[in-house]
Amino acid sequence: MDPATKRPVQGSAKLVMDSYAEYALEVAIQLKEKHPGSKVVAICVGDKPTDDVLRRAYALTADEAVRVWDPAWADLDSQAVAHILARTIQKLGGADLVLTGREAGDIERGVVGPTLAEELGCACATIVARVEAVEGGTAVVRREVDGGYALVSTRLPAVLTITNDETNVPRLPKVKDLMMAARKPITTLGAADLDLDPARLASPLELVDLYIPVQEGQCEIIEGDDGPAKAAALARRLHELKLV
Amino acid sequence: MQNVLVYAGADQGALTKSAREALGAGRRLADALGATLAAVVVAADTDALAQEAIACGADRVYAVANPILSEYQPDLWVAALEAAARAASPDVVLITGDTAGKELAPRLAFRLRAGILTEVSAVAVEGGTVRWTRPVYGGKAMAVYTAKGPVVIGLRARMHDPAAPAEGRRGEVVRVELSVSPELAATRIVEKIQQALGGVRLEDARIIVAGGRGIGGPEGFKDLEALARDLGGAVGASRAACDAGWVSASLQIGQTGATVAPDLYIAIGISGASQHLAGITGAKTVIAINKDPDAPIFKRATLGVVADYKTVLPHLHAELKRILGK
Ligand SMILES: Cc1cc2nc3c(=O)[nH]c(=O)nc-3n(C[C@H](O)[C@H](O)[C@H](O)COP(=O)(O)OP(=O)(O)OC[C@H]3O[C@@H](n4cnc5c(N)ncnc54)[C@H](O)[C@@H]3O)c2cc1C
Ligand SMILES: Nc1ncnc2c1ncn2[C@@H]1O[C@H](COP(=O)(O)O)[C@@H](O)[C@H]1O
Repeated sequence: MDPATKRPVQGSAKLVMDSYAEYALEVAIQLKEKHPGSKVVAICVGDKPTDDVLRRAYALTADEAVRVWDPAWADLDSQAVAHILARTIQKLGGADLVLTGREAGDIERGVVGPTLAEELGCACATIVARVEAVEGGTAVVRREVDGGYALVSTRLPAVLTITNDETNVPRLPKVKDLMMAARKPITTLGAADLDLDPARLASPLELVDLYIPVQEGQCEIIEGDDGPAKAAALARRLHELKLV
Repeated sequence: MQNVLVYAGADQGALTKSAREALGAGRRLADALGATLAAVVVAADTDALAQEAIACGADRVYAVANPILSEYQPDLWVAALEAAARAASPDVVLITGDTAGKELAPRLAFRLRAGILTEVSAVAVEGGTVRWTRPVYGGKAMAVYTAKGPVVIGLRARMHDPAAPAEGRRGEVVRVELSVSPELAATRIVEKIQQALGGVRLEDARIIVAGGRGIGGPEGFKDLEALARDLGGAVGASRAACDAGWVSASLQIGQTGATVAPDLYIAIGISGASQHLAGITGAKTVIAINKDPDAPIFKRATLGVVADYKTVLPHLHAELKRILGK
């Protein structure tokens, strides 16, 4: 982290696909396999290095990849990203289902999906673990709710924000697909290609401080010659500390 | 002067715990700003909820009552909140940190052309300006923001002291008309399935035995369950263990799983990624069993055992049973 700019420093780290976006892509690929004739388009708002992320989407068998960027953009927040994504989707002719991650792995806002639904004026279901069925203009999905889950029916087109589930763990790309991915074309779009509202690109918030909180706490390591000895010592400590 | 509006969500005729957290945070903020606190309640019948919101600190309650609002449907709720916000013209809207609040907040912000900040864990007022703090980068850092205009704030669950209802508090109730048709509900909840009962609910458990990738498979979790049962606690898991399909995703603890606050949290075969730790900030004592002495979980733990858990768990279980006289 750069203390002056209060921005994360990438260093030599490679850009990777957002963790929940990868689950969302897995759901999309599974839907494509179940519904022949459908197409998966991966869209990313980001500068040139973001191509790596879209290559990954190709390797996971997305059909098309679109990168949207403009040199004038910096520090886009989630509302701005949602606005750009909405205009991009419209430009590409729309989609029956738009899938996003429930929240991004860097700054977990959980804003892009629901805002995108508002931007597109379409239905929205959040924290979706499974798409149970897509039929006749509706999708039935299983979403997490407090204390359990719910079956939700949603009219298409819809935006779904995807959470992890044992049914959507991202697959490993096949070697053949990885090699093909390197050669596939990535469509690029810029501000001039989209009908954007500049007011929606400016962030209404100001970052005034960013700091790393101090880790408190000292851990007492339980010693012992072997597992059983450590177990006995731990049980004794738990009892002494009145924790059990 | 600033106007603060709190969404006070309800379940089965009473305000939810997260609604009381939002009212608590809202009352403290309004006091610090010298502002009045407004709340919005949404239901088929709002009379009791409005009184409860007043008891919990609201000076004025915008009541959106309509028979169509008998059960939570996101599209209708966004419309209801929008109607109330148009009546109240707030500078700040505080929204509860539960799953409903998470989807309502960004949608409301869009409709009000307001900014949005989610997962806010602390609120402070300095020289009349509100500073909103939230964790970022999986809880590794804290970011502080100020808003340049109206803003919708999504509150992080269990981070704000809930309001304690005070009998006899007075407030005003303003009715808000909402004309919507059922057609508006493009997304409808058709069936709600509660977590299998029988055990202790994760969120309420005093003791949690949690396992991660280090458990190695579903069989290992059976041993964790047996220990949890004998301790009167519940079993939890990391995302890695849930994704592996060893346990149900509903047992996931962390930033995108359950937020828990047990007295005792026993983390077994869990590395202690910041996103996992984000779910146990409220845990009083954390015990870690991990074969890697450098696992980050030991930074959070009070007591640690460095070992293959398989060599420790059976004996630990037996010893604890003996101590508990079972
Ligand atoms: C946006 C986002 C949200 C996330 N939300 C969550 C969340 O809510 N909850 C969550 O848990 N994660 C979440 N994650 C994932 C998180 O980053 C970690 O990947 C995850 O917590 C790792 O799980 P783990 O500790 O079980 O696995 P690992 O990190 O693989 O750790 C396994 C541990 O087990 C130990 N071990 C292995 N074998 C044994 C043995 N025989 N005995 C003892 N110890 C052993 C190893 O030393 C290691 O420390 C999120 C990630 C992102 C990006
Ligand atoms: N720059 C971006 N380009 C494409 N999708 C994005 C971008 N930022 C966020 N998203 C999507 O929106 C989800 C939620 O992000 P957020 O609302 O920022 O937490 C992510 O999981 C992604 O699916």
